Amino acid sequence: MTQTAAPRRLQVGKIGELVPRLDAPPKVKGEFAYASDLSAPGMLWGHTLRSPHAHARILSIDISDAVTMPGVHAVMTHDDVPGEKRYGLEFADQPVLAIERVLYYGEPVAIVAADHPEQARRAAERIRVEYEPLEPVADMERATGQADLHPERPTQGHGYRQDDRPNVVRTLVIRHGDPDTEGDVSVNGVYELGIQDQAFLGPESGLAVPDGEGGIDIYVATQWLHVDRGQIAPCLDLPLEQVRVHLGGVGGAFGGREDLSMQIHGAMLALHTNRPVKFVYNREESFTGHVHRHPARIWAEHRATKEGRLVSVRMRILLDGGAYASSSTAVCSNAASFALGPYDVPNALIESTAVYTNNPPCGAMRGFGAVQTCFAGEAQMDKLAAALAIDPVELRLLNALAPGDSLPTGQVIAGSLPIAELIRAAAALEPPPAEELPRDPLRLPGGAGNTTHGEGVRRGVGFAVGFKNIAYSEGFDDCCAARVRLFEDGSAEVHCAAAEVGQGVSGVILQVARTELGVDDVRLAPPGTAGVGSSGSASASRMTWMAAGAVRDACRAALEERDRRGDRSEVDVERIYRHLPTTPLDPETGQLTGERAHVALAACAMKVVAEVDVELGLTRVVWIGAAQDIGKAINPQQVEGQIEGGTAQGLGLALMEEIQTRDGLITNASFTDYLIPTALDMPPVESVLIEDPEPDAPYGVKGVGEPPTVVSTAAIASALRAATGRELTRVPVRPDDICL
Amino acid sequence: MRITVRVNGEERQADCWEGESLLYALREQLGFPGSKNACEQGECGSCSVLLDGTLVCACLVLAAQADGHDVATVEGLAAGEELHPVQQAFVDAGAVQCGFCTPGLVVATADLLRQKPSPTDDEIREALSGNLCRCTGYAKIFDAVRAAAQ
Repeated sequence: MTQTAAPRRLQVGKIGELVPRLDAPPKVKGEFAYASDLSAPGMLWGHTLRSPHAHARILSIDISDAVTMPGVHAVMTHDDVPGEKRYGLEFADQPVLAIERVLYYGEPVAIVAADHPEQARRAAERIRVEYEPLEPVADMERATGQADLHPERPTQGHGYRQDDRPNVVRTLVIRHGDPDTEGDVSVNGVYELGIQDQAFLGPESGLAVPDGEGGIDIYVATQWLHVDRGQIAPCLDLPLEQVRVHLGGVGGAFGGREDLSMQIHGAMLALHTNRPVKFVYNREESFTGHVHRHPARIWAEHRATKEGRLVSVRMRILLDGGAYASSSTAVCSNAASFALGPYDVPNALIESTAVYTNNPPCGAMRGFGAVQTCFAGEAQMDKLAAALAIDPVELRLLNALAPGDSLPTGQVIAGSLPIAELIRAAAALEPPPAEELPRDPLRLPGGAGNTTHGEGVRRGVGFAVGFKNIAYSEGFDDCCAARVRLFEDGSAEVHCAAAEVGQGVSGVILQVARTELGVDDVRLAPPGTAGVGSSGSASASRMTWMAAGAVRDACRAALEERDRRGDRSEVDVERIYRHLPTTPLDPETGQLTGERAHVALAACAMKVVAEVDVELGLTRVVWIGAAQDIGKAINPQQVEGQIEGGTAQGLGLALMEEIQTRDGLITNASFTDYLIPTALDMPPVESVLIEDPEPDAPYGVKGVGEPPTVVSTAAIASALRAATGRELTRVPVRPDDICL
Repeated sequence: MRITVRVNGEERQADCWEGESLLYALREQLGFPGSKNACEQGECGSCSVLLDGTLVCACLVLAAQADGHDVATVEGLAAGEELHPVQQAFVDAGAVQCGFCTPGLVVATADLLRQKPSPTDDEIREALSGNLCRCTGYAKIFDAVRAAAQ
């Protein structure tokens, strides 16, 4: 049924070699089967009726007209959910279909299956839902004084700090040293970031196929097959074995596919009609179909000696989690844990709070909390450099964190973290000289839209450093399974549930297997929940590390087993890899309760040249130089691709990307109104890969996907500040902010 | 209504509802799912095809408008197992990550190079500015276009 369903015999290189992607030939030919490309005989189309309100009481739902519409096979509401009515990535606070209330714009209320997608859409229009609109909780600062959206407090009692204010998802306070310590100088700022969308190009899609025996196969674009299954099965009232989740081709993810989209809806309709049911969201729907990056407000004070040594940092972080918890508790913690940036700070007080509102739900997106605090913290470092009249790069070098230093949680950095080396490497990159005027308008800020001859163009150079954790943290049992079969003919098959979301992990798996087994003929079994254990999610920059560890261990165990037997009979082994254990933070002090809360850290330093047309409020990022701490490159070409692509997403947040809301309603759910960087917006990115192997990681690898996104927003804002002299405390930066 | 479209040189027929786009007909009725449905509003270029030799977004053309016309899709570029030079360049340069934008970019690039065999960097950027990519940051796509142009 799917192109990925049959094991493919693939040839790849070994670790560290520059090898083309295995899935590139089918992708350039249009033959790769994405989840939205799947079909099955007798297939119906699913459609979701969504709430037009951000907050309302549901008085009644009448499906009587809809079910009689032509081509319609089923219309279902919360009454028809066979099992648990609620699910969630970490806390089951989200209804499969709305019950009594809707808490955000676009929340699923009913689902329809019909022969044609247009019939399904028209039938959904005929479902009569009577709402009583309620006042939305739309401002994250006011949320803690308004009526509780989740009075049952689903995130309380999980070892988090007690915070009884309404709508608090989690509060974390990290107290480090004596935060009242005075410095010679201090700088303050209030910073704000808008809501960013992952805007993966492949919309949420999947196909649910009933097996005729009460079970279901779901082919879906997702990031974590096993955790999807763990949420789906209870809602269908099925045992895990009767729910098989298979990876449909994934058109990008970036965190937005960690939470469920169509999985339970498709399965409900398929089981009810006994027909395969396919969902493909359109772009407008996709803006409500997944969680986004948390918008944030951040208050910061940095104190330093007159020589520029940081003495104390105070930071208060407020994150709008939207209507449901998703991964807000972890984003809240990450924002706090990396709030100080990669600097050695002896004293700090960090308070981070994520709140529920009726705004679009927020959760995982590339950078996961560290993006927000990097933007604020690096702006503060620039401000401090200006106040002290110290070169911004020198100020960062002076305070650079190094192995042996402590994070504000008390964790001593035991692994690799070459911050000073990264700063020097990025600073040493030589940007191109300023271009003469007049020039082709395409090379002016605003591009072809620029109506001047460039009289108002000013150039600025910015700099920033950012870091974050690799893999899961705070005591989460982070593991990845891999299964290896050695056949009598000398070939091998590797089975791992790791989601290939475009990042290239299937190539990593085969490179590792080839290296370990010493054979070229290695097949990759299609990722699915049947036949192999959980891989954990393709997120947190962890998949390369974890899959490499699991595949390495399984390959070695398979070879040992074959040696023990002393013959060529078929060997089939599965191994589960775990990185060093982490422990939770103390709920009162934010300090470590064990040796480490994070297993490893990775960083990126970035230098940016930008031009601003200060008459028109237009920008052009001219050049970006990046130095990234990558541990060890498994495939250098793919590492560069992660840096370039991750940088582009940070550029989007700096300059153009924001989901606009009015009282919780999204007003720009399209690529006409929500802009992502085009070929004309992206400058050349010059990358320096710093290989400093991570001691406890397989082959010394680190994740590479997130650090460039963490830092590029901050670095671009820094360049715009240098060009305009404005503080620029909010991203995305708007034309009004930079018109002088 | 019944439409007849010549897709990649072969005549195909489909029964369409009048409101269906050419993209939907190609993907769901005519057996050519290579053109992608990323935005379906003409902003992202993932569904780029040639209609009578002109580059269009298949999502903005009604299937009925294509009745009796020639459509060239990404599936028609390779000669069997042998990739079109633009496709090969995308593979070699590392220009493919999730690949959802790739079919549209490959079609748009082949069209660009047919009209301008040696485009400047600015011409490449302008020509591809209607094709959104969310994974690569475009750098390796530009490398691929430059390589294919040689």
